[in-house]
Amino acid sequence: MTSTRARRQSTLELVAARIRAHVVDMCAGPEGGHLGGALSSADILAALYFSVLNVDPQRTDDPDRDRFVLSKGHAAVGLYAALAERGYFPVEELTTYGRPGSRLMGHPVRAVPGVELPTGSLGHGLALGCGFALAHRYAGRDARTFVLLGDGELQEGSVWEAAIAAASLRLERLTVIVDRNGLQLTGATDGIAPLEPLADRWRSFGWAVRDVAGHDPDELARHLDAGPWEPGRPSVLIARTVKGRGLPFLEGRSSSHYVTLSPRNHARAVRALRTTEDAG
Amino acid sequence: MSRATREAYRDSLLPLLHRHPELICLDSDTGLFNAAYAEEAGEQYLNLGIAEHNLMGIAAGLAACGRVPFVNTMAAFAASRALEAIKIDIAYNRLPVRIMATHGGLAAGHLGPTHQALEDLAVMRVLPGMTVVVPADAAATEAFVEQSLGLGGPLYVRLGRKPTPPLPLAPAPVIGRAQTLRQGGDVVLAGCGPYPVLACLAAADALAGEGIEATVLNMHTLRPFDTETLVAAARPASLVVTIEEHWCHGGLGGAVAETLAEAAPTRVLRLGVPDQFVTEVGNHEHLVAHYDLTAERLVRTVHSALSPAAR
Ligand SMILES: Cc1ncc(C[n+]2csc(CCOP(=O)(O)OP(=O)(O)O)c2C)c(N)n1
Ligand SMILES: [Mg+2]
Repeated sequence: MTSTRARRQSTLELVAARIRAHVVDMCAGPEGGHLGGALSSADILAALYFSVLNVDPQRTDDPDRDRFVLSKGHAAVGLYAALAERGYFPVEELTTYGRPGSRLMGHPVRAVPGVELPTGSLGHGLALGCGFALAHRYAGRDARTFVLLGDGELQEGSVWEAAIAAASLRLERLTVIVDRNGLQLTGATDGIAPLEPLADRWRSFGWAVRDVAGHDPDELARHLDAGPWEPGRPSVLIARTVKGRGLPFLEGRSSSHYVTLSPRNHARAVRALRTTEDAG
Repeated sequence: MSRATREAYRDSLLPLLHRHPELICLDSDTGLFNAAYAEEAGEQYLNLGIAEHNLMGIAAGLAACGRVPFVNTMAAFAASRALEAIKIDIAYNRLPVRIMATHGGLAAGHLGPTHQALEDLAVMRVLPGMTVVVPADAAATEAFVEQSLGLGGPLYVRLGRKPTPPLPLAPAPVIGRAQTLRQGGDVVLAGCGPYPVLACLAAADALAGEGIEATVLNMHTLRPFDTETLVAAARPASLVVTIEEHWCHGGLGGAVAETLAEAAPTRVLRLGVPDQFVTEVGNHEHLVAHYDLTAERLVRTVHSALSPAAR
C-alpha cells in the first residue's frame, strides 16, 4: 500500500518482530507474563538463535552444541518465542503458555526442548555458564556459551562471584549479554542501586567489554559472532535497550515488567507492533 | 471477602511504622510497595535491590543495633537463597528480624518450581529460636503482625500472592496457640494456610454427615509448636490427618508426627505436595486441585483409614 519504508527489514529484524508478536500474545493469556523484559531482549534473542548460536533443534543433545542460559529467566516468553521460531517445537504450542497441561511455565523448565537448565531465581545463570564453558574446555570442544543477564539481576552477589571465577579460569569462550534496559521490577535500576560505570566494573573484573545499542539484531550478531574479543578473557556485551520496546504505551516504564494484557490492550499492542515494523 | 495475605500485611504495617520508630521495612524489589507507600514510610522504607542474602545480613546488623526490620522477599528466596544469613546472622544471634515471605506454598502457581516454596516450613522450623507462622487469612495476618511487636527473637511469616477466602468466624488467632475450629472425638484434621484449613472445615462437615466427628485444628504456628492442644485433641481420636501446601516431609505433617510419636502415639497420615518438583503448569487453585489438597481427599483418607479392612 502506501507504506514508505526506508529500507527492507533484515531477516533478523523480521525474526525479532515475530518474537515480539508472540510475546504480546502470550502476555494476553490468563496468567499474563513478563512483557517488558521479554521485549527488551527480543533483538538479542533473535541474534543469538538465528545467527550466533551453533545449535540444531533436531539434535538438542549434541554435545558440541553452543549453550545458552537465560539467566533472567522471567523473560521466558521471549525465549519460548525464539525457540519455537527456530523450530524446537511448533509455534502453535505458544498458545498453551501458563495454562494447565502445558509445558511452558512462567520460567524456563527443561521439559521445553532447547532449554538447557531451568532459571527464574535471579543470579544463577552466570555460574551455570561458567560450568558449561569449563566442561567444553575439559572436553576439548570449541563450543561457546552465552548467558543473558538482566541489569537489575546484577545486584545479586552471586553474579560477581561467577564473574570473578570466569576471569580467573580464563573462560574466553564464555560471553555474557547484559540487557541494560535501566529498569527492574519497582523502578529505575540506577535509582535503587546505581551500576555505572558498568563497563568499567566488568573491565576491572578482568572481562573484555563492549557497550552497544541493543536493538539492532544484525549489529548485535556481528559483535557476538566474533568472540573472543580479547584472548584469555571472557566477554560481556552491554546491550543498551528499552524495557517494553515496541509498545510506545509501555516503553521505558517499570509497569511493563509483568503484564496481563486485556483484550483491548492486546489489540493496541498488536497494532503498535505493526506500526513500529512499518516504520522500521 | 477474599484478600491476599501479603496485602493485608503490607497495609497493617504502615500505621505500625508510624507508631514505632524502631520498625523498618526492608524491600528487595518485590513490587509489593508502591511509591506512595515508600513516601508515607519515609526513612522507614528502604529498597535494597535484588540481593536477598545481603538483605538478611543488613537486617541482622540493624537489629543488633536496636531496630526491628520487616524484610520482604518471596518464601522461596528466603528459605533457600538467603538461608545462611538467616541461620547465622539472624537466628544464631536471636535477633528480632521479621521475615515476611510471600508466594508461600503453591501460591506462585505457573511461575514454577523456582518461585514455589514447598520446603520453607521444614527449613525454618528447624532453626533454634525461630518463630514460624502461616496465617490462614487476612485477619490472622493482621493479628500476627500486631503480636510480633511483643516478640523477642526472629519470626518467619509465610504469606500468599493472590486473594484467598477468609476463614469463617473463629476466635482470634494467637501466635503459639493452635486454633481449635471444631471439636469431635473420632479424628483430628490439622492444617495450615488458607486452602488447607478451609479443606479441613469442609471435610469435617462432610464427615459429620456420616456420623464421624472431627476436631479441626488450624496449626498456624509451627514453632513454638502447641503440643498441648494437639495431644489433647489426639488422645480420644484414632487418626490424625494433616494437610499443607508443602512437600510431604518436614512441614506441619512432620511436626505433628514427631510430636505425637513421643507424646501420644496415634496414627498420622500426611497430605502434602508429592516428593518431587512440580511439573504441572497452572495457577494456585489449579495446582491445589491438581495435587488434590482438598476436602474430598481428606474424606477419602479418613474413610480408607477407618474402613474395617484397614483397622
Ligand atoms: C532471586 C530473585 N529475586 C527476586 C526475583 C523477582 N524478580 C523477578 S524479575 C525482577 C526484576 C529483574 O530486573 P532485571 O534484571 O533488570 O530484568 P528486566 O528489566 O530485564 O526484566 C525481580 C526482582 C527473582 N526472580 N529472583
Ligand atoms: Mg532491567
